[in-house]
Amino acid sequence: MVRRPSARARAGQWLLLAAVLGVAVFLGGNAAANLARRHMTFGFGFLFYPSNFDIPFHLIPWSTADTYGHALLVSTLNTLLVSAMGIVASTLLGLLVGLMRLSTNWLVRNVALAYVELVRNTPQLVQIIFWYVAVLQTLPSPRQSFRLPAGMLLNIRGLYVPDAVFGPHGPTLAWIALALLIATPFAWRLRLGARRIGPYALTLLPVAAAVLVAGVDRLEWPVLRGFNIAGGTAVPPELVALWAGLSIYASGFIAEIVRAAILAVHKGQREAALSLGLKPGRVMVLIVLPQALRIMVPPLTSQYLNLIKSSSLGAAIAYPELFEIFAGTVLNQSGKEIETIVIVMGFFLVINLITSALMNLYNRRIALIGT
Amino acid sequence: MRGPSPCLSSRDGGTRAPARTGEKTEDDVRTKKLVASCAVLAAMLLGSGQGRAQSQAKSPTLDTIRQRGQLVCGVDTGIPGYAYQDASGNWQGLDVAYCRAIAAAALGDAGKVKFIGTTSKERFSVLQSGEIDVLIRDSELTLLRNTQLRFEFPAINFYTGQTFMVRKSLGVQHTADLNGATICLLTGTTLETNIADYSRAHNIKINTLLFDRPEEAFAAAESGRCDGYTDDGGSVAAARSTMKKPDDWMFLPETISRQPLGSFVRQGDDAWTNIVRWTHSAMLEAEILGITKDNIDQIKQSSSDPQVKKFLGLEGDLGKGLGLDNDFAYRIIKSQGNYAEVYDATFGSHGLGLPRGQNNLYSNGGLMYPLSWY
Repeated sequence: MVRRPSARARAGQWLLLAAVLGVAVFLGGNAAANLARRHMTFGFGFLFYPSNFDIPFHLIPWSTADTYGHALLVSTLNTLLVSAMGIVASTLLGLLVGLMRLSTNWLVRNVALAYVELVRNTPQLVQIIFWYVAVLQTLPSPRQSFRLPAGMLLNIRGLYVPDAVFGPHGPTLAWIALALLIATPFAWRLRLGARRIGPYALTLLPVAAAVLVAGVDRLEWPVLRGFNIAGGTAVPPELVALWAGLSIYASGFIAEIVRAAILAVHKGQREAALSLGLKPGRVMVLIVLPQALRIMVPPLTSQYLNLIKSSSLGAAIAYPELFEIFAGTVLNQSGKEIETIVIVMGFFLVINLITSALMNLYNRRIALIGT
Repeated sequence: MRGPSPCLSSRDGGTRAPARTGEKTEDDVRTKKLVASCAVLAAMLLGSGQGRAQSQAKSPTLDTIRQRGQLVCGVDTGIPGYAYQDASGNWQGLDVAYCRAIAAAALGDAGKVKFIGTTSKERFSVLQSGEIDVLIRDSELTLLRNTQLRFEFPAINFYTGQTFMVRKSLGVQHTADLNGATICLLTGTTLETNIADYSRAHNIKINTLLFDRPEEAFAAAESGRCDGYTDDGGSVAAARSTMKKPDDWMFLPETISRQPLGSFVRQGDDAWTNIVRWTHSAMLEAEILGITKDNIDQIKQSSSDPQVKKFLGLEGDLGKGLGLDNDFAYRIIKSQGNYAEVYDATFGSHGLGLPRGQNNLYSNGGLMYPLSWY
């Protein structure tokens, strides 16, 4: 029979795979039979039906006459927006707190410790609702808005920033600006004759900005009209509260990852750098952090993935992200329970797999070569 | 084929056997064993979502409930008026009273109810999967829920419609003036569609903020994040009662939708549907007959009115047809009271102070019209 351990292990794996597939087929068949018995159909045609509900915050145009498919796009962009903002903020905050944890100053060290413990040991949903209620309680009504510089208004309905209205050539110029932005890192690597372009490529950025500004026809200032502020673009408090809730929670874990990674860098490295006469700050930036980064990236990836998944908690505070809009409103209005949940799960899976792939790519680039 | 034949024959035998003679024959014991094993079988079939239509008066749902000794009733997670837990953890509300009334009718004890708080998102899935026996959760009866989700609506226990509540300081008198206003509401309901339809029909723009749970929505309304709150009339009254200063808020007079709220059961168990339907009807009938929780015992002893006697099970065989005993209506009223009493304690003068309006009996200008009993 099967004597060799390797062959036995392989046979076991095939058996396991067969069992998993068998269970999947059984569950699928069961679901299909139950759907048929209830005269429910399975299909994604409903994505083309008109949706007939409002999404309060959207990055791309949205009206109640648009389709469920468009609602999927709008809510996915909202999820991506808050996730991206959360990843950037939690990384910066986590790095800061992680460094503070290693400070030689007693106060700094222990403030960071208290922060980490408080943030790590309370439920994330509670934190998000706390930030939401806290944000709402402190802000004034639209009629008593705080006036900020550059014509911005801050009140309980959100932060209102002046809106740039594009002229007739605006969209074309905006695309050119975007192309310049994308071209910058490539230009960095090009050579002009024998000389590398390098940092000179950065001159493309102000050019891009100038092109963008050239397309702007006029600025629309936010003003009070009726109940609300009219004109301008609003950053709703839901987005700010969810952003704060996600970033602060994740920063507690990231701070510990940063601290552990720094401590894992061999002591000799630091001593060698100090003995060369480098100042402690330079030692950290030039010697310790680059090496710690290699240790940090894999656990950091998990934190980012967690943060993206937790963005679905935004449903609690009326942030219109993928889960709330699609697994809530669309599910209820279309009656397509299995399909909407499958779509939401699929979208989160794809977003997270892409994030994970990018992080792995980065990890490979910074890894030690030849080890 | 409809399953193993001993099951069917023994169940039929069970109905034909005279009620509790006190003696235990060998047949009885065998029947009991069979009944027990069949009930387990039925429960397994139901549990795996394979319950099927039964054309006889026997109800698989009722059998499961009796076997379990408890009614599992889906209610709201917590909203004054309909269903909420008081300070000592007891469930209160109009929908809760209906759950207890059904338990009183089906099991003879209004206390044998397990309440499951369901969110608006999950409520229909738990009913479809058989996790609950009946859903009474301020839910609206719609064609889609009837035909696509395959539910039956035995009884409408609350007539209402979508209304708005706004801050008085806003100076708005009518719903059509809400152009540009932001309204807080709960997601996963028909409210969003109604607002979208209304806005389009009146060519205005009403912004919405969609919340998952009432607590956060109330907090947002309280803090001024939104100008108003919308839901069905009863829920808006409940929301107003939770505000720090209820007097700062006013109801707008318009109702932008019809919302008949009632109980939901799965299609395919007609006998169970009947029990839920006639439990509601019993509470209305008692109000018409003037029977209340307090005077029912006295009326039962002294009344010579044949309608009252049939209603209370002293004459006739009304309960048998439902698969229950004849004094089921007595137990409903004795434990919960008639509809007027229940309304009064939950929404009326002893509750949220909402006038009875459409929920009055037809004879008082309302829509509550009990079916005929005799």
